[in-house]
Amino acid sequence: MFGRLTWDAIPFNQPIPLITSVVVILIIAAIVIWVWRKGWWPYLWSEWITSTDHKRIGVMYIVLALVMLIRGFSDALMMRAQQSFAIGASQGYLPPEHYDQIFSAHGTIMIFFMAMPFVIGLMNFAVPLQLGVRDVAFPTMNNVSFWLTASGALLVNLSLFIGEFARTGWLAYPPLSEKAFSPGVGVDYYLVALQIAGVGTLLTGINFVTTILKIRAPGMSYMRMPVFCWTALASNLLIIAAFPVLTATYAMLMLDRYLGFHFFTNDGGGNSMLYMNLIWVWGHPEVYILALPAFGIFSEVASTFSGKPLFGYRSMVFATMAICIISFCVWLHHFFTMGAGADVNAIFGIASMIIAVPTGVKIFNWLFTMYGGRVRFNVPIHYLIGFMVTFAIGGMTGVLLAIPPVDFVVHNSLFLVAHFHNVIIGLVVFGVMAGYTYWFPKAFGFTLDERLGKIIFWCWFIGFYLAWMPEYALGFMGATRRLQHISDPSWTPYLTVAMIGALIIFLGIVLTIVQLIYSIATRDRRRDVTGDPWDGRTLEWLTLSPPPHYNFAVLPDVHGEEAYWTRKLTAIREEKLIEEPRYEPIEMPLNTPVGVICAFFASVTGFAVIWYIWWLAILGLLGSFAAMVWYAWRDEHEHVIPVEVVRANAQERRRVRQELLAELIKAP
Amino acid sequence: MKKLGWQYWRVKQRIAIAAVPLLTSGCDRGILNPVGPVGSAEKTILINSTAIMLAIIIPTMIATIGVAWWFRAGNKKAQYRPDWEYSGAVEMVVWSIPALTVLLLGGIAWIGSHDLDPAKPLKSATPPLNVDVVSLDWKWLFIYPDQGIATVNQLVVPAGTPVRFRLTSATVWNVFFVPQLGTMIYTMPRMATQLNLQANRQGVYDGISAHFSGDGFPGMQFKVHAVPPKQFAAWAASAHSGPALDASTYDRLQKPSSYVKPLTYGSVAPGLFDSIVANRAPLPISPRTTPPAVHVSPKPPLGHASNVR
Amino acid sequence: MTATEAAAIGLTHAGSEDTGLGNRGPQSKNIVVPYGFWLFVLSDIVLFSALFATYAALSRATDGGPTSNQLFDRNLVAVETMALLLSSFVCGLAIIAAKRRNMLWTQVWLFVTGLLGLVFLGIELFEFAHMISIGAGPQRSAFLSSFFTLVGCHGAHVTAGLLWIGTMMAQIWAKGFDRAHVFRRLLCLSIFWHALDIIWVAIFTIVYLIGTLP
Repeated sequence: MFGRLTWDAIPFNQPIPLITSVVVILIIAAIVIWVWRKGWWPYLWSEWITSTDHKRIGVMYIVLALVMLIRGFSDALMMRAQQSFAIGASQGYLPPEHYDQIFSAHGTIMIFFMAMPFVIGLMNFAVPLQLGVRDVAFPTMNNVSFWLTASGALLVNLSLFIGEFARTGWLAYPPLSEKAFSPGVGVDYYLVALQIAGVGTLLTGINFVTTILKIRAPGMSYMRMPVFCWTALASNLLIIAAFPVLTATYAMLMLDRYLGFHFFTNDGGGNSMLYMNLIWVWGHPEVYILALPAFGIFSEVASTFSGKPLFGYRSMVFATMAICIISFCVWLHHFFTMGAGADVNAIFGIASMIIAVPTGVKIFNWLFTMYGGRVRFNVPIHYLIGFMVTFAIGGMTGVLLAIPPVDFVVHNSLFLVAHFHNVIIGLVVFGVMAGYTYWFPKAFGFTLDERLGKIIFWCWFIGFYLAWMPEYALGFMGATRRLQHISDPSWTPYLTVAMIGALIIFLGIVLTIVQLIYSIATRDRRRDVTGDPWDGRTLEWLTLSPPPHYNFAVLPDVHGEEAYWTRKLTAIREEKLIEEPRYEPIEMPLNTPVGVICAFFASVTGFAVIWYIWWLAILGLLGSFAAMVWYAWRDEHEHVIPVEVVRANAQERRRVRQELLAELIKAP
Repeated sequence: MKKLGWQYWRVKQRIAIAAVPLLTSGCDRGILNPVGPVGSAEKTILINSTAIMLAIIIPTMIATIGVAWWFRAGNKKAQYRPDWEYSGAVEMVVWSIPALTVLLLGGIAWIGSHDLDPAKPLKSATPPLNVDVVSLDWKWLFIYPDQGIATVNQLVVPAGTPVRFRLTSATVWNVFFVPQLGTMIYTMPRMATQLNLQANRQGVYDGISAHFSGDGFPGMQFKVHAVPPKQFAAWAASAHSGPALDASTYDRLQKPSSYVKPLTYGSVAPGLFDSIVANRAPLPISPRTTPPAVHVSPKPPLGHASNVR
Repeated sequence: MTATEAAAIGLTHAGSEDTGLGNRGPQSKNIVVPYGFWLFVLSDIVLFSALFATYAALSRATDGGPTSNQLFDRNLVAVETMALLLSSFVCGLAIIAAKRRNMLWTQVWLFVTGLLGLVFLGIELFEFAHMISIGAGPQRSAFLSSFFTLVGCHGAHVTAGLLWIGTMMAQIWAKGFDRAHVFRRLLCLSIFWHALDIIWVAIFTIVYLIGTLP
């Protein structure tokens, strides 16, 4: 009746997951009850959960990412603590069967449920605004994408208190991940959750490529798009090209585990090397899916806060697309030590280095963007400079790893782990933190507290170096990754420093939450009255903050690169705003619960498949199908925003901008 | 600031001096202290490549901070050039620097990959020693086909003699790695990988598995003893008195266990390595079950009191 | 300043100069929806590529079991191929009828499309059942796992297509052709159905034809 689900699945005899689960359930219950008592559920349901507005969906993605950052980082702290204590005679406080789940969960959550949602959330929020349009190509599908991602996150976290998680590392290599060696539910949780989230991400890829290629403001040709939109395009093209490979590979592993197929098993002719190849064909583009939008954010930040256009726009576009294509040609560098032979290894090594060329070009172009500018040291510029310095090191270690004979001695070591944390923290985390700070006022109408923001940056920066420079050294000392126990006591000082670094980063994360709460509480001091708090250059700064649901009363005509900057300069030079347009009623897509309902059924189906509760799985599938058909039957797809509302909002915007213009004319 | 007593500084100085060997002793056993030709060549490539790239990234990092600081908004002396967004000359330089670096390092990568291909036999006047390696859960079995003996978690090799490895796994993937000897290679079930290494200096070196393989993974450590060739011959001869590695002892051996103390077998069932590769050897009868039984929890090394769960 | 001058420097909403591709503003839904659907089809082709690559890697891994030469029946495959190709043609007829807003023939041709798809599936299931009964099921060897998955994935897509055809037939019946979104969905369905055809051509070439070479 309940498949293989029994009371044993609940970790009554394991204090850490048990207590964590109880605390988390209590916190969730408390939040649910508090929201209910405040009467906010109807508002949340109609304005957020069922929203098809890209701005709201973007915010929800980022909320998910921040929550998952806390979960993923807790895993990191536990790992650091274990490696600080489990040295020599001590076994630490985490037996291997727990430690192995923790590092697997850490990687899985950080990549799939922290980094991806954060990046996708920022793209969701900013891309349609930057393109000067009202929404993405498929707003309902956008909502579905978010909820499917949330469903995956839910399942992974559910494994903490019902069952266990995978004990195989974040990519679940066979044969270890096959049924014979991982008979429990852990790998099944991993596969099912990521399949569901993967569908959501693929739909996002389709949505954004269509939007960027087919839905832009009049006059915005490709070479007039902001660089962030170019990087979003490249990233989403990679999603479309890479995620189906992940889906296929996980499906094959699931068939091995559930139906006894022999794709990657030790017997029956299975070939585990095939999994390595397939998973990294996805895995390498995946890191560029994360990296490219972060590059885009830094391009926007560099030009805005230097008061100068981005240096070498065409080069940047070319470099972005070059990285996009080459990222598909390098996957073998993840397993040089598998013995493919010198020719194959060398070719892939050289290809991996070639990617460093456009990346290096970008760094120099940001440097020359600041050159000749007037650099304002707001929080995002801190992240830009921190990134440029840190990523240089990370890129260098990456090129080192791309040389096969070097990789032969540092593969899978802490040197490797330090490299990828170097680039992920230095580029992706710094990038999303910069983007978060940069676009926060546009989303909410007030800026975040600057002082706390700078402290948070320094926590990340100093914490990163303390946490990871020792790990580079440990890699040279022969330390491999995923060790639950350290046998060499001479590594102790390095691991201790790393622990301190992790604690400093933790302080930064805690302060991020504090900054959010404090900024909300004191928002009146930092209101974004004009909608353009940073003297921006791209179209999102044209609107008031937050923008109306439909973004622009009239889609802006684009007359050059840096559409908004040109318009500002014209207004200042001519000393008048653009003429008032003719206002029309605007059709916007209706909200819909189909996303959250489909995700609900996906979660039910997923849970049922994991625990072999077949009748429930079938019910879940039927429910999803029924929800889709019910949605497809609706006749009304849009609601109309009356022209009076449009006119009132637009005239308010013009009034505020007129005041701003008057000030700018007086004091240039 | 309070003036601290000189005793305080002396104590701190002593701690610092004592700490230096503690901090650097780890380096003595890592890849930066190779004892053979393979590891030395790899270290050379590592150091040279790092130096080449540091020559580029350090100026870049300094320039980044310098430019940002000089062109800060408050600096009236810096020239504001709000329209300067393109320069052909700059683009040329900016593309050339990474391209030339990559050209150079690419050449190093091509040559290095071929010279240091794990399967390529090492040049030596001495005939190589053959060792067959099998990774089990969670220990290493070393079979010496020419000597007819085998060891667990202990690899004895003659110094100055190239060692030709054939490697496989009986269960899941692992990586055979002795940091001070150099190149590591995967061990994969039903496949045999090849590796060639050599220890020129006598000594005892640490070996590990460098690919996570399950709960007992941290205990997959072994020692490599590089001894003079005569001593090696004597050891091989004396090892013949050890127990036999036949079907039943192998079956006992491949049951899951970790932190296994070194063992020596005096004789080996013929064709054992090949039959493991062909998947004809006694398979793990009951692969690991969840939750793991007591015997797969890692035992603390060095014979300390057990805190097995 | 004159209106044109004002327009040229961007002070009016008079519209932009022609800058080439993509400058006219957001495209209509009739373009955007099929475009997005094509992207989905491309992603599905990537999915199949991964399965093809797997099949290619594992086609010799028979583990001593039956090989492709021993198992595949070209005649049966010819019949299923004809059924599927014909169903694609008929699907095209359904679109033509829909463009002409002919309810009867649209439904007829959609029904025939589905019927032929069902014939295809029936033959495929028969083939699978037969193979399983003689001990050549997907659990026998890696080659068979990859065969069943590749061909079965295509079959699963056909099944989903059949569900979609049924739903569309019901929706067209209930709502008629007046609503633009109904016709757009029909167009997407036909794109999907033709794409499945293309994949099938690849399958019968790589799997069945090459697999039964002497």
